[in-house]
Amino acid sequence: MKAERDFQVVNHSVRKVDAWQLATGYPSYTADLAPAGCLHVKMLWSPHAHARLRSVDIAAAERMPGVRCVLYHGNVPRHPYTTAGEGFPEPSPYDQFVFDRKVRFVGDRVAAVAAETPAQAEAALAAIRVDYEVLEPVLSLEAALAPGAPVIHDEPDAYLPIPMPYCPQENIVARVGMEDVGDFADGLARADVRLDQTFETQYVQHAPMETYVAWAALDGRNRIQITTSTQVPFHCRRLVAQALGLSVGQIRVIKPRIGGGFGSKQEVLLEDLVALFALRTRRPVLWELSRAETFTSGRTRHPIRVRVRAGVTRAGALTALGLDCTANTGAYGGHGIPVVMCCGSKVLPLYRAETVHFAGQIVYTNLPVAGAYRGFGATQAYFGTEQVMDQLAEGVGLDPLEFRLRNHIRSGETSPVFAALGEGKEGVPMTIGSCALEACLRQGAAAIGWDRRRPHTEKTGRLRRGLGMAALMQGSSIPRIDMGAASIKINDDGSFNLLVGATDLGTGSDTVLAQIAAETLGVAVDKILVYSSDTDLTPFDVGAYASSTTYLSGMAVKKAAADARGQVLRVAAAMLAAPVEGLLLEGGVIRAAPDRSVTLAQVAHYALYERDQFQIIGTASHVTEKSPPPFAAHFVEIEVDTWTGAIRPLRYVAAVDCGTPINPKLAEGQTEGAVLNGISFALTEQYLFTPKGRLKNASLEDYHLWSLRDKPPIQAILVSSFEETGPYGAKSVSEISINGAAPAIGNALYNAVGVRLHQLPFTRERVWRALQSHAPE
Amino acid sequence: MNDPLTLHIRLNGEPRVFAADPDEKLLELLRRHGLKGAKFGCREGVCGACTVLLDGRAVYACLLPACLADGHEVVTIEGVGDQEHPHPFQQALVEAGAVQCGFCIPGMVLSAKALLDENPQPEDEEIREKMDGNLCRCTGYEKIWTALKAVIAAGGGGGEDAS
Ligand code: FES
Ligand code: FES
Repeated sequence: MKAERDFQVVNHSVRKVDAWQLATGYPSYTADLAPAGCLHVKMLWSPHAHARLRSVDIAAAERMPGVRCVLYHGNVPRHPYTTAGEGFPEPSPYDQFVFDRKVRFVGDRVAAVAAETPAQAEAALAAIRVDYEVLEPVLSLEAALAPGAPVIHDEPDAYLPIPMPYCPQENIVARVGMEDVGDFADGLARADVRLDQTFETQYVQHAPMETYVAWAALDGRNRIQITTSTQVPFHCRRLVAQALGLSVGQIRVIKPRIGGGFGSKQEVLLEDLVALFALRTRRPVLWELSRAETFTSGRTRHPIRVRVRAGVTRAGALTALGLDCTANTGAYGGHGIPVVMCCGSKVLPLYRAETVHFAGQIVYTNLPVAGAYRGFGATQAYFGTEQVMDQLAEGVGLDPLEFRLRNHIRSGETSPVFAALGEGKEGVPMTIGSCALEACLRQGAAAIGWDRRRPHTEKTGRLRRGLGMAALMQGSSIPRIDMGAASIKINDDGSFNLLVGATDLGTGSDTVLAQIAAETLGVAVDKILVYSSDTDLTPFDVGAYASSTTYLSGMAVKKAAADARGQVLRVAAAMLAAPVEGLLLEGGVIRAAPDRSVTLAQVAHYALYERDQFQIIGTASHVTEKSPPPFAAHFVEIEVDTWTGAIRPLRYVAAVDCGTPINPKLAEGQTEGAVLNGISFALTEQYLFTPKGRLKNASLEDYHLWSLRDKPPIQAILVSSFEETGPYGAKSVSEISINGAAPAIGNALYNAVGVRLHQLPFTRERVWRALQSHAPE
Repeated sequence: MNDPLTLHIRLNGEPRVFAADPDEKLLELLRRHGLKGAKFGCREGVCGACTVLLDGRAVYACLLPACLADGHEVVTIEGVGDQEHPHPFQQALVEAGAVQCGFCIPGMVLSAKALLDENPQPEDEEIREKMDGNLCRCTGYEKIWTALKAVIAAGGGGGEDAS
């Protein structure tokens, strides 16, 4: 196989470039770097799910001790924008304002205070007097879509900046879809077994260990420097400028080390206000959300209702596969359109169906705001589709593994869905290059011991075990939309500064990109000094989302490094008086012959100080033409306590084809972390609301993240393939593995006890109730 | 405002004197004095990102009033080790690729140090119990577990206290 290429740096588990600094507690994160003497921000959050602000009186608050500035809709600029960081124009409605005269969920912004201490800011909040005209809250999809429902976005100045109808009067952000492939009704009619089932996912949050945090300060030239825990520094700069009516050049955004994001920080939630406070007070300003505020006012995963219709012939061929998705985007519409489009584009092409249908709508409610979350629509859609695949297999008497082996897309094949569905517009046609899904399926099945699987009818007793699986794909970058750039320059000692806009949020992308540069330049990875995500200093990059960094930014790095390498060789050729073509660059040495060589340091010296001086510097940008899917096969074994309904995962195997894993240990780590998040998504995580729409479990204690004690053994198997269009054969790995647990556990539950659940999470109570009504034999 | 208290704390092996408000938490005091290794992850006593050692026991600095550390010994991540002289668990975490965003890692290291100092050869169940109070959202704990097991297999790292 081509994947067995002889790489020097790539495909090796080199040490993460920031591992030591983080393991020893060196100040590295946003809050660690805030200067002493910062003002502190506290926000008055809306206690109502839906209300108009008749008046906001800040006079008393302004006189409170330590208060330096109070902001509300009456004293800030009003420019519609979105907090959802995506390429311009964003496929998200401009339905937000720094402050508005209306609040649309419990936890929406009302007014903010900057004071000398957090306690003083907090105290001043109580002195802000707000007269609310409470409106009827819209707290479910049904309520939002009912005729005559209260209109959540009735402000006249909101709009959708992409050519797609915006329908706020109906509480709908947009309707999306594609023309059916083939005659879908006929495809269903021709099937021997057909299913029509509706699945529903819940509100959950990313809950990175670091909450939302940002600080801003003016520099000596009155420019605003924002240091922030963001996944999208360049979008952040643009959106802050838009929200405040500034120009991009007035703002510098710096992303230091990030304490996790998973999509939550693809959102510009704090930066506009720390910037505005810094401008107004001329003081550095820090805003750190508490954990409760992060739960209530941060971003979440869109709950999506997915109707799956599918049909299969007795011979096991899929005649129809269709999805109708209704997403709850909460009070604001950011990311809703691309998330729903990804329900189709990252899911439907996995199987060769004769006819395909896809439609979706994005619905406003007065509930917390949904956004980008690892998996991005695919998570929600796979929950239903992969349970339907198991049922179709059973319906025609095929093993679920065999069913997937027969029907999944393969190398050299295409799907009309790729061309039909992009992100906010049509997609890009694509033929699958690398695909090792078959090997993933076989290796994963062997690792879990799939041949032990027996039907639920043979199981008895209180504790029953079940095996389940799911097949998955995702994408790598958004083709013809996302751009990443890199530059790389040589230093006197033969080391290189690699400057990238790409955003390492804890994933290890700085390390992966350094490896790609090192491989290209023929040096050890410690010769590459990476600096990322500073809008003043590094080239542009869309940021860390859409599984793009390794594939997209990695290619920019490879091209920039190749450019620098070419310059190195030309200088070396002059120094050695030898033709460029015959030179060999390896291990930091350029050789014309065994006894005629120069080192990189000598080349650097020559170019910087000796003859025809210039800076050896390579720069490149990259836009992808494809979004090659990584593939995965997930397998889980669970034990169900039929007396209590408790599901205990016993073992999990995730076999993943991410092309060439640039850093295998980091790729495994991405997989293991995503799997555990997927498991807790499937079993326990959910937002619980009061009847008035207030989040009840806004703490880590009540929401519950899984600990080392809760977790089952997770085995990540990296199955190499070689993606010709990726850097050294790489595709993405970060998102895909969050998608498998919900359907795989759903399938395992059926295999254990013969019940199937259509609503997440699989809480004890839900499982127990299902067991009671199904009365398994 | 209450008058500040004067606190005598042996911090990372050195006797130090701090002024603190009576209700100031140890996490705030440490971070105010430039020790940024202990993190705020929840201020609820759940995530463990703020873990430090108080007389050798792992505690949540976010909940602990700083005045309760008066007259006691506190060890933070800054006192555990550096790249030249790391705690074996730090070394193992780095080698295993267990440091993703790293936000949980200082707390993990201190909880593990407390565990290993007390019992260099803990059984799996004891590890799970003692590490239960340190949450990580990135790694799925798989490589953290591997790293800790490797340290235990190599003798437990007890007694190599750099502080
Ligand atoms: S910050 Fe102390 S336990 Fe979370
Ligand atoms: S490495 Fe990110 S929370 Fe543990």
